[in-house]
Amino acid sequence: MIITIAVVLVFAMIGIYFAIKYPQRAVSAALALVIFGSIAFHFWTPWWWTEIASNWGGMDDTIILTFWVTGSVFCAVCLFMSYCVWKFRYNKDRKAEYEPENSKLEWGLTIFTTIGVCALLAPGLIVWNKYVDVPEEAIEIEVMAQQWYWNFRLPGEDGILGLTDFNNINEDNTFGLNLDDPNGLDDILIEGDDLHILKDQSIKGCLRSIDVLHDFYIPQFRAKMDMVPGMITYYWFTPIRTGEFEILCAEYCGTSHYAMRGWVSVDEEDSYQEWLSEQTTFEEMMTSIGKSDAIQLALNIKGDK
Amino acid sequence: MSADSYEDVATGKNDTIPALEVPPQDLYHAKSFITRWIFCQDAKVIGIQYAITAVSIGLVALVLSWMMRLQLAFPELVPFLGPAEYYQFVTMHGMIMVVYLLTALFLGGFGNYLIPLMVGARDMVFPYLNMVSFWVYFLAVLVLVTSFFVPGGPTGAGWTLYPPQAITSGTPGGDGLGIVLMLISLSIFVVGFTMGGLNYVLTILQARTRGMTLMRMPLTVWGIFTATILALFAFPALIVSCIMLTLDSLLGTSFFMPAIIEFGEQSEHSGGSPILFQHLFWFFGHPEVYIVALPAFGIVSDLISVHARKNIFGYRMMVWAIVIIGALSFVVWAHHMYVSGMNPWFGFFFATTTLIIAVPTALKVYNWVITLWRGNIRLTIPMLFALAFIVTFVNGGITGLFLGNVIVDVPLSDTYFVVAHFHMVMGIAPVLVIFGAIYHWFPLITGRFLHEGMGKFHFWITFLGSYLIYFPMHYLGFVGVPRRYYEMYESPFIETSTVSLNQFITIAAITVGLAQVLFLYNIITSSKFGKKAKRNPWEACSLEWQTADVPPTHGNFGAELPIVYRWAYDFSVPGAKEDFIPQNIAPSEVPDARVEKT
Repeated sequence: MIITIAVVLVFAMIGIYFAIKYPQRAVSAALALVIFGSIAFHFWTPWWWTEIASNWGGMDDTIILTFWVTGSVFCAVCLFMSYCVWKFRYNKDRKAEYEPENSKLEWGLTIFTTIGVCALLAPGLIVWNKYVDVPEEAIEIEVMAQQWYWNFRLPGEDGILGLTDFNNINEDNTFGLNLDDPNGLDDILIEGDDLHILKDQSIKGCLRSIDVLHDFYIPQFRAKMDMVPGMITYYWFTPIRTGEFEILCAEYCGTSHYAMRGWVSVDEEDSYQEWLSEQTTFEEMMTSIGKSDAIQLALNIKGDK
Repeated sequence: MSADSYEDVATGKNDTIPALEVPPQDLYHAKSFITRWIFCQDAKVIGIQYAITAVSIGLVALVLSWMMRLQLAFPELVPFLGPAEYYQFVTMHGMIMVVYLLTALFLGGFGNYLIPLMVGARDMVFPYLNMVSFWVYFLAVLVLVTSFFVPGGPTGAGWTLYPPQAITSGTPGGDGLGIVLMLISLSIFVVGFTMGGLNYVLTILQARTRGMTLMRMPLTVWGIFTATILALFAFPALIVSCIMLTLDSLLGTSFFMPAIIEFGEQSEHSGGSPILFQHLFWFFGHPEVYIVALPAFGIVSDLISVHARKNIFGYRMMVWAIVIIGALSFVVWAHHMYVSGMNPWFGFFFATTTLIIAVPTALKVYNWVITLWRGNIRLTIPMLFALAFIVTFVNGGITGLFLGNVIVDVPLSDTYFVVAHFHMVMGIAPVLVIFGAIYHWFPLITGRFLHEGMGKFHFWITFLGSYLIYFPMHYLGFVGVPRRYYEMYESPFIETSTVSLNQFITIAAITVGLAQVLFLYNIITSSKFGKKAKRNPWEACSLEWQTADVPPTHGNFGAELPIVYRWAYDFSVPGAKEDFIPQNIAPSEVPDARVEKT
């Protein structure tokens, strides 16, 4: 401890002496130190992204590419500036160079920058194209957000999510499922509890909110999309490793925004099936609370088929 | 100018003076204390009124940011801060800093003080309207302050005020007066700004002195001019969204409100579009970034040129870059909404326009640093701030290339990466320019220098301190820490070491804030006891230093308005005796100067 303080003090003294004796060079050195410090921080930082758990490695790659391209421009510009401050110190007997314009240089820099920008944009747009294009094999899962917790709905055996209507929402039918839609009967409802998904199974998250804006965000999956009342938004992903991952709401949604958490568990086939068998369907749920009359219409239609 | 015309120069044949096209302006000279200092029509006094009001409310926002930082790092020190207060402080900090401080200070403050002086006018073209503009702004600030004291407190909706949460009961101030006062205050602000803004634009177009062509104007004026035009186009989107949201809140209309569940029941609203609000808000909000940035670009160009004793490199390109950035800033707004749920195909368009805007911006940066090349750099305090601006602006600008590229934005949006990015690029960078500008023009405003020792101390603490706040903060965003979290708890994916990083950032933030107290002390004492400045102490070329009196009095230029013969950057011209030729020096007075551009 004492040695550290002593070393810092000695360096500080040298720095101050240097700064007083050569003020202009000291500024140049300080600017360069800011840049070298930033580079050092970047390479030694303990704070970096968490190990990815979805197919969106392309996002990480694009970030790395952007880092190298823009980082080198940042360092080049600032170090050039630091050099100028060192080299062209004020001297009252000297005049600055006089050159109002230099169109060759200006055009050169324009073209150089345009190429750099294209190099960043093109790969980014290719990955974005994948992001908005949901593969056919993806199964739909509904995520329904409300202040301040998460609900989920799985499509059940038929693989189809039943239709919902906002006006159907009441304390028995929290998802607002249509009572005449047979596809909704086997939907599995998970209210305010953990969601389990199967490893390597692509998922299209159909995102829905019934009050304010929310955002379904799991840092390890990288993906994100706001949930907007009145519409259904979506994104897709494929979990690539098992584990438990925390859901964070990433769009400010009121006083308890920070507490709007949940868990997603990525399972292997066995444990997933075990979890699935413990869940209740809409039909079972309505029957268990003695409201099976309400879904009679849907049951009849199903029977007719 | 070709060599064969040297004789013409010496005999004054080239001293072309354009004819007077508009008769000189009559000014109302104030007679009483009230008309002179309170309801004042002198643009310079109005500029200072704007600046004092903006800085005062800005200090409130600074203290709010300390509270937020303490909550994030040392919550035990601020036990009175619950989540509701935290979100209220976040909201008010953001709104005050962006609108009531930065916009008002750059356009209302520097715009008013500098435009007439720099273009060679006696005052703004509508001095009375200019006075009203300030008082309407002042009223907007009062309404904003009132919202702190109403039941339920100010709004805690985040500075973006997104409905539905902005006007529902789950948000602090959402079902009370807080949000309504915020929306009313913003509407009043827009009214006041429109009066001032029309004035700035018309003064620049109409009241320039003879010889001051548009392409001879200092870049400061170009920056403020373009920013004001942006504001005149962008603020209408803000005022309509404020009015419509007020109606949704008070009268139960449904412009932005879909059917939602509130208190466990279906609400009265139906059919409105929350995303429409976001489009309107960012149609204002993105140009707003450039409303703050363009004046900073302009001012920093002038600071660098004057203190490097060299003309700004590529003046014409600098002007066109300002204009192109301004125009492009209206077609990039939805890059704030990549994950908002709008049609994802928009992402392709807005990512492309956003990255295109990087090209003119980068050219400006190149031209600043090339101006330093083979300059004769005086490391005055304004120059130090200009250099620091370049570092922070480039840093914040390149992180904009992350967030503008739609797919990179997906993991980073709504994390601390965004917070770090916009503070670096539109918080710290413009504020450093404001400081540089104050150190630069203080001798003009008061006739005295700011104390240099205190100034250097203030500079190093502010620059290094704020860099230490925001540079590491980007890495919290990489980890995935979301913004607007009152408390993180223990999340397994976040290393506990981020707590110590948060503590470090908080200590740096409080230190930087305290350094501003020293700056205020410096301003107050130096305006009375500071070292006296001689006329044009920095040996600049632009007209504001050529006034009849220093500090300039009402009417600015004495009996005769100056006549302009050259651009504002004739530094170190070969053949000239001095290393600067002011704009109002006729070619015949400096016959040996071999200028290549006028």
